[in-house]
Amino acid sequence: MSAALPNQFATEVRLTLRRGESLLLILGLPLLFLVFFSTVDVLPTGPGRSIDFLAPGILALAVMSASMVSLAISTGFERSYGVLKRLGVTPLGRPNLVVAKIGAVVAVELVQFAVLVPLAFLLGWDPQDPSWLGAVAGVVLGTTAFAGLGLILAGRLRAEVNLAAANGLYLVLLLISGMMFSLDELPGPARAVARLLPSSALADVLRGVLSTDATPARAWIVLAVWAVATPVVAARVFRWE
Amino acid sequence: MTAAVEVRDAVIRYGALVAVSELSFRAEPGQVTALLGPNGAGKTSIVEACEGFRRLDAGTVRVLGLDPVADHAALTERLGAMLQQGGVYPGIRVGEAVRLFCSYYDSARDPDSLVELVGLTDRARSTWRQLSGGEQQRLSLALALSGRPDVLFLDEPTASVDVAGRQRVRSIIRSEAERGACVVLTTHELEEAERLADHVVIIDHGAMVASGTPGELTRSMQTDEFRFGAAPGLDVASLGAALGVIVSESSPGEYLVSTPPTPGAVAAVTAWLAERDLPLADLRAGRKRLEDVYLALTAETSVATAARLTRRQRRRAGKGSS
Repeated sequence: MSAALPNQFATEVRLTLRRGESLLLILGLPLLFLVFFSTVDVLPTGPGRSIDFLAPGILALAVMSASMVSLAISTGFERSYGVLKRLGVTPLGRPNLVVAKIGAVVAVELVQFAVLVPLAFLLGWDPQDPSWLGAVAGVVLGTTAFAGLGLILAGRLRAEVNLAAANGLYLVLLLISGMMFSLDELPGPARAVARLLPSSALADVLRGVLSTDATPARAWIVLAVWAVATPVVAARVFRWE
Repeated sequence: MTAAVEVRDAVIRYGALVAVSELSFRAEPGQVTALLGPNGAGKTSIVEACEGFRRLDAGTVRVLGLDPVADHAALTERLGAMLQQGGVYPGIRVGEAVRLFCSYYDSARDPDSLVELVGLTDRARSTWRQLSGGEQQRLSLALALSGRPDVLFLDEPTASVDVAGRQRVRSIIRSEAERGACVVLTTHELEEAERLADHVVIIDHGAMVASGTPGELTRSMQTDEFRFGAAPGLDVASLGAALGVIVSESSPGEYLVSTPPTPGAVAAVTAWLAERDLPLADLRAGRKRLEDVYLALTAETSVATAARLTRRQRRRAGKGSS
């Protein structure tokens, strides 16, 4: 039993990195967006250099991909294949399974950052007066909020519907969250809604702590509220089979 | 000896549907107990209650003396389970899955020999998704065995397994019982129950219709008559007098002798025919197979259910017209 948790964790990480579609999502797309839009300056990224705007946004996107989309899709299929049910009658138990899954999401994020951060520096990213501690806090809150969202989808919807919903939500949040272009480009009402989303809050937080700009308090508050609310809701609505 | 699994007056409902209705049975350690019944009889429901997946609406379940829901954590170390389907990460490799499951248990088996036991050594690097249906079942069986369980619940363990695989699965299940484990399996196949089980519980419409060893069940329906075929219009009174029992011609050329088919009785019939130079067309006797018992029993409950339904429909129809 002592080997169960580390083994479960290692298996979850291996299975995530083995799935082509999740690799595309957690590494492929962030890499593509980072390289393409920092070298081809077509996006309205504000007055500064585009890489300085893009790098924190892409890190936020990476967090959202790993903790929401990838987690939701894999957990949804595991639920429909009876994996979660079957693991429920082993000594591993549900709490350990949840811990292993959270650990796997964090491990995947470390892999993402290990690739994306050096690449961003290579592309000329020059964070001014960065607070790395603040970035870690933002990533922790964002991961919690998105993982909760992902588990709400995975725990309630049929596997195929969940797959579509997770991908759809990813696309919507990507487009209206200021990850790749400034929210100022959105019409007023849309901008107001977008500011309440966890994705834009995370992007704002990361952009703030990794530059000399002040981080809006609103972004921290919005992110923290999501980080508390979604896990609570997920725990209440999740169906294991 | 206390039973490893004891189900008493179990009731499981899904809304208005009664899946299990006052079902009671026991399963002993060192034995294979088969829950036999047609699809939809409630077999999976009761097994899932034993595994702790669902609560009973009434009645009690004890597994190794424990409540499967309340004492779930204490039970998992000693319990092995094979779901009717799935239960394995689609992208996991055979070897990985077995090693992972073996890491869950204190008294785990050796992963490599477990893979060999179920005959998947040459598939050890294939993922679940790449396995055939039968291979998936064998991997599920291996995972169920990984902790040397004291109780094994196997839901349709040989479904979609090919003939050679079935032999292997059956011999593994037998050796688990010989090791002392209590094995409870569900099946809708008579052959499976007849070959594998020490104890058979026949379930239909959620209720037990019969239980016993395969031998007891067939003996309970032991035939006390035999039939033979010969030319029509024989003098059954004369034959009956010669045998000292009643003989009747059930249909032209088809005779029913109302006595157990002892060698003496059979010899008397053939001697009587020989005296009259009459050829014997055929002779049918012997035990009924479990299949006959099963079909007779499940047919009875179906007729009873049909009768109940008709009454209810009639009542409803009556109400509608009044």
